[in-house]
Amino acid sequence: MFGEGILKGLAETARNAVESFVSKERLTTVQYPEERIAPIEAARVFPFLVYDGADWEKGLRCVACQICEKECPPKCIYIEKSKDKKPDALGKQQIYPAKFDIDISVCMSCQICVEVCPFEAIKMDTQFELSTDDRFGGLLYDRKELARSNEYYHQIHPTEAAEVDARLAEEKVKSEAKAKAAAAATAARVAAGQTVAKADAPTTKPSGEGD
Amino acid sequence: MSVVFYLLAGVTVLGGLTAVLLKNTVHCALALTVAFAGLALLFLELDAQFAGFAQILVYIGAVAILVVFAILLTRGSETPKDGVFSRTWMAGLVVAAAVFAGLGWAVIQSAQFLPHETGAPPVVTVEQIGNALMGRYVLPLEIVALLLTAALVGAVIVAMHEKGDIK
Amino acid sequence: MVTMLDQIFVLLKHWLVSFLPLELQTPVSVLISVVAIIGTFPALFALTTVLERKGLGRIQNRIGPNRTGPFGILQPIADGIKSLTKEDIVPLSADAVVHFMAPLVLVVAVFMGFAVLPMGRNMELVDMDAGLLFFFAIGASTELSVFMAGWSSRNKYSLLGAMRAVAQMISYEVPLLMSSVAVVMITGSLSLVKIVAAQNQYTWGLPHWYIFTPWGCAGFVMFAVAATAETNRSPFDLPEGESELVAGYFTEYSGFKFALFFLGEYLGMFSISGLGATLFLGGWSAPLQALQFVPSWIWFFSKVMLSIVVLIWIRGTLPRLRQDQLMNFAWKFVLPMTLLNLVDVGLWRFLGEGWIRWVVCSVLMLGAYVLMARAGMRQEHFGPRRYRYADS
Repeated sequence: MFGEGILKGLAETARNAVESFVSKERLTTVQYPEERIAPIEAARVFPFLVYDGADWEKGLRCVACQICEKECPPKCIYIEKSKDKKPDALGKQQIYPAKFDIDISVCMSCQICVEVCPFEAIKMDTQFELSTDDRFGGLLYDRKELARSNEYYHQIHPTEAAEVDARLAEEKVKSEAKAKAAAAATAARVAAGQTVAKADAPTTKPSGEGD
Repeated sequence: MSVVFYLLAGVTVLGGLTAVLLKNTVHCALALTVAFAGLALLFLELDAQFAGFAQILVYIGAVAILVVFAILLTRGSETPKDGVFSRTWMAGLVVAAAVFAGLGWAVIQSAQFLPHETGAPPVVTVEQIGNALMGRYVLPLEIVALLLTAALVGAVIVAMHEKGDIK
Repeated sequence: MVTMLDQIFVLLKHWLVSFLPLELQTPVSVLISVVAIIGTFPALFALTTVLERKGLGRIQNRIGPNRTGPFGILQPIADGIKSLTKEDIVPLSADAVVHFMAPLVLVVAVFMGFAVLPMGRNMELVDMDAGLLFFFAIGASTELSVFMAGWSSRNKYSLLGAMRAVAQMISYEVPLLMSSVAVVMITGSLSLVKIVAAQNQYTWGLPHWYIFTPWGCAGFVMFAVAATAETNRSPFDLPEGESELVAGYFTEYSGFKFALFFLGEYLGMFSISGLGATLFLGGWSAPLQALQFVPSWIWFFSKVMLSIVVLIWIRGTLPRLRQDQLMNFAWKFVLPMTLLNLVDVGLWRFLGEGWIRWVVCSVLMLGAYVLMARAGMRQEHFGPRRYRYADS
């Protein structure tokens, strides 16, 4: 029937208009500064450096390997290695970045730095309200401004952070087991060397070591 | 012969004059529209409501638009290179003067034969016009309608889609 | 019922005028009415812009403006300040005089149209014998202003928009007039006051509005369609299509002149809604006999605002019609239906009172509608165009 489509359309829009006062799904406006929608978990804006523990300098995971600096497509990361070393999460002495600058006016949020970091040291933040009227200095973030704690990381990306922590803990356990095995092997070798030295004496006790 | 009459007559004559003296053809068409409006107001001043409003509706609302479209769709919108006066303006002036003299004589002659006004002029209502059109003047009305229909059909034929080879 | 509230504006005017000497009374009375019209309708225009933006917003699942004042009611003031303080740019090669005059002609013509609308009992500015003809004559002058605007801008797109607008307005002028002629035929007069008076009668408490008759219903629908097209309102707003021609014929206008065009368009909407209410919805008469205690001007303005709401609703619903679809619709569907409507009115008048005329007239209009719709919805065959008069 001619004109039926128009009437159906009119009914639909009327329904839309009336129900927009009562139901949330018919009024999708979020009035921005007063109301905000929570970002989804995989949201990413600009990178930040993760540190474990309470002291950001001591707990910084980054070891200045410069892989992210080399892989960054617009080359917005600038790293300077330190001259001394500090112990890292696994207890080994590692160098750390004396300078770690990211120019967020250049950064394109591609997440490549996160993907290539072998130490889970750099992750993506979700803050986007970073406007400043200092166009050059204000958008160049240094090491201190970029460092955020692991607890913060858990807050913004819970599943990811849990995964990373599990992986790091596993690595820690493995490395500790390896260290223990290596220490045991060294001790055994030392003990074997001593028993070999003692083997000049006629009594030879068969050592646990096989040939 | 009141002030209003002189004012309106002045507007009409001015509109007509500028319609022939201006260089830009669309300006001329708009000046002609002013002349039409002046004429309509003259009708209204004489209490001929139907004639005045019909003048506005038909002339300004349709004929002026038609003139303007015709100017735009042809090349009349270009300003003439040789100026607005043609070379044979003398002959044109003579012809115009002759026509004006003839019309003026006819009007003055007829004014002599009208009865002198006694009392107020009759107020012609739309109803009377309608009755006259449908009663005494029905034949001219139908002939004009036929003419308009012919014009309409002709326009449609010239502009029509060809259905010949499209199957 | 003629109460004091009903006639309050008339009485106010008479009281104000009574302080003056006799010779000045008529001109000042006219002046007061004119000032009232010039004050009321732009105020209504301001209200309508907010209503439209909020209404369209709600239809489109969003809130309209809500930052300027509570619920955005001060938005027109912000818009007005913006329009007044924007730089008035006139293109260098534009025709300055015509460019300047176009919005003036539009606004003057549209304001003159309000002179004949009876906005309440005894509340028309002029009771002309040929009031309806005056209204349509003035409406025809708006086409000229549209053309002037488009041509004087020396802009291809403006000119294109103006040509389309004028073609559309001329095409829909004929159905507009024809559907009004049906009302004139039944009433026997072109005077709008008499048309309203004819509808102000009640049978069993229901009014004699013309929309409640078969020919009046069909006539009203066609009048509404033609009126929407006359005022260049969606779905007929191709001339000012925002996505096609920037702003069509008023592309080159900025600042106050643009505001004048906008004002002219909305006032045209009001005046034609007022005319539709007067011709078909009974003007200032109440819908039920029992409701006659409500002042007549409230009924008139409610009907006008209802029409505006429906126009906004239609704007938010329907997609834009293409130029050829628009013209086809006007000449091939609406115009024949209006002519048939005239026949219908004649039958109504001459079949005399009774149920027969209801049945006959309704069947005629409905049958014609269904048959013409069927014919119109047949598929068009597209192919290469062959010319009869131009060389092949």
